[in-house]
Amino acid sequence: MIKFTNVFKAFPKGGLALKDVSFHVAKGEFAFLTGHSGAGKSTVMKLIYAEERPTSGEVRVSGYNVNEMRPREVPMLRRKLGIVFQDFRLLEDRTAEENVAFALEVTAARASTISARVMRVLTQVGLAAKAQAYPRELSGGEQQRVAIARSLVNEPTVLLADEPTGNLDERATRGVFQLLRDINASGTAVVMATHDLDLVRQAPYRVIELQEGALVYDSSVDETGGAAPPRDQAVAP
Amino acid sequence: MNLTFREAILTFKRAPLLSVLSVTTIAFSLFVLGLFGLVVVNLQNALRDVEERVEVVAYLLPGAPVEGVAQALKDIEAFPEVQSANYVSEDEALARARAELVELRDVMQELERNPLPASIEIKLKPGFRDTDHVSAVAERLRGFGFVDDVRFGRDWVEKLDRLRGLAAAVGIIVGAAFAVVAIIIIGTTIRMAVLQRSREIAIMRLVGATDGFIRRPFLLQGAIKGLLGGLVAIGLSFGAYALIDRYLLQSSFFTQAQAAGIVAFGALIGLLGSTISVGRHLKRV
Ligand SMILES: Nc1ncnc2c1ncn2[C@@H]1O[C@H](COP(=O)(O)OP(=O)(O)O)[C@@H](O)[C@H]1O
Ligand SMILES: [Mg+2]
Repeated sequence: MIKFTNVFKAFPKGGLALKDVSFHVAKGEFAFLTGHSGAGKSTVMKLIYAEERPTSGEVRVSGYNVNEMRPREVPMLRRKLGIVFQDFRLLEDRTAEENVAFALEVTAARASTISARVMRVLTQVGLAAKAQAYPRELSGGEQQRVAIARSLVNEPTVLLADEPTGNLDERATRGVFQLLRDINASGTAVVMATHDLDLVRQAPYRVIELQEGALVYDSSVDETGGAAPPRDQAVAP
Repeated sequence: MNLTFREAILTFKRAPLLSVLSVTTIAFSLFVLGLFGLVVVNLQNALRDVEERVEVVAYLLPGAPVEGVAQALKDIEAFPEVQSANYVSEDEALARARAELVELRDVMQELERNPLPASIEIKLKPGFRDTDHVSAVAERLRGFGFVDDVRFGRDWVEKLDRLRGLAAAVGIIVGAAFAVVAIIIIGTTIRMAVLQRSREIAIMRLVGATDGFIRRPFLLQGAIKGLLGGLVAIGLSFGAYALIDRYLLQSSFFTQAQAAGIVAFGALIGLLGSTISVGRHLKRV
């Protein structure tokens, strides 16, 4: 599904963001990506959705080789992924429903099916009643649910969530996290970057930890059984 | 296509001020271009009027045989450069001279013999009214046995040549300069529209939109803005023309085809400006 092999990533201005990172996320798996801010979590995400290319090493994502991908293949890969961010990235001048529909429209989905598919995912994230609301009329947690609905509407095999709860209060955090767990339970692989260790301890999921660009801990490798608490780590401010 | 149209129209709704600004900018750029076009069109008309008067006259020897002259007229009319050839007899020449030179009427009355020769007046087709062609025709006329002398205003035709060349050069250079400025201005307004929506473009890319899909609404939007700007520019140009025609000097406006051409040009540079702006943006991000 997702396979990093000896991946290095250097940015033109800046040092090495990733140093020799290797891991593999299987179909249907839930994996946390943890580490201090600046550890390289977002960079790993960007490599997965082909926003960046590795400087060396190999990144494979659901059949695509990110190293050698042609630019026109990138949109095809992204349609197989759902992507969620800390800042939601909704279009302010469109309703929840239109924001979700947008993701289907750009993929040239059949117009007659769009409305039903949109309502189905909005129902799935518990926001069917607010389909006509604009982002500014929604709470942070609700906005993130719209973003998750948008990421789900193309029925992705992997959901990437880069600090999805970073802007949410505790209650909304729990709700969104539970939603991601439900999505995973129905068969979608989830990769969630977070520095919220309480969240990580709550669930028996795989943990991959980065430190200054290096993979320092992978629960599926370092401990048999997979579900171990991560090593002691300070929560980033 | 439907979606492209909806997204393009949405831009106008979401950013009405910027859209109006773009259309106005395009309209004024094209208006300046249109004013210059009007000058060119009227200059051309004036030149054409002057050209109409380019004429080659072959004076005939006295007593030229009538049949020979008739045959010569046919031959001359068959020259590729010639539009018409007209025989003017001695009597007609005298009658004309009397009518035109009123001051000399008394002198004319006293003449016992008509001193004026018969002639053939030749007008050339448009496109052949320059020194080279006029000289070539004159040379051929000299070959006829009964032709005494061939006259055409050589200096004058040469001046006309230079004027024509100058008008074309100025037209092309100034027109191109105006067009380039218009394209830059239009590209800039479209660029503002692109920047205003850069967040949206980023989101479109994240959810898997192809560059072509992202580009299309912008191209359509650019073309529409250019088209509207072109229409406004034609309206402004017509207003300017009407004022000039009424108060300054009689002039002519664009033909319908020329006006349509300006509007189409507006749409084209709108399209071009947005292609460049969006292309650059998509490549950079
Ligand atoms: N576009 C970029 N250009 C230069 N340096 C970058 C860029 N993106 C990230 N970095 C650097 O790479 C490192 C990892 O960043 P990031 O992956 O965003 O960390 P995290 O998401 O874990 O906070 C940081 O040192 C950051 O400054
Ligand atoms: Mg980050």
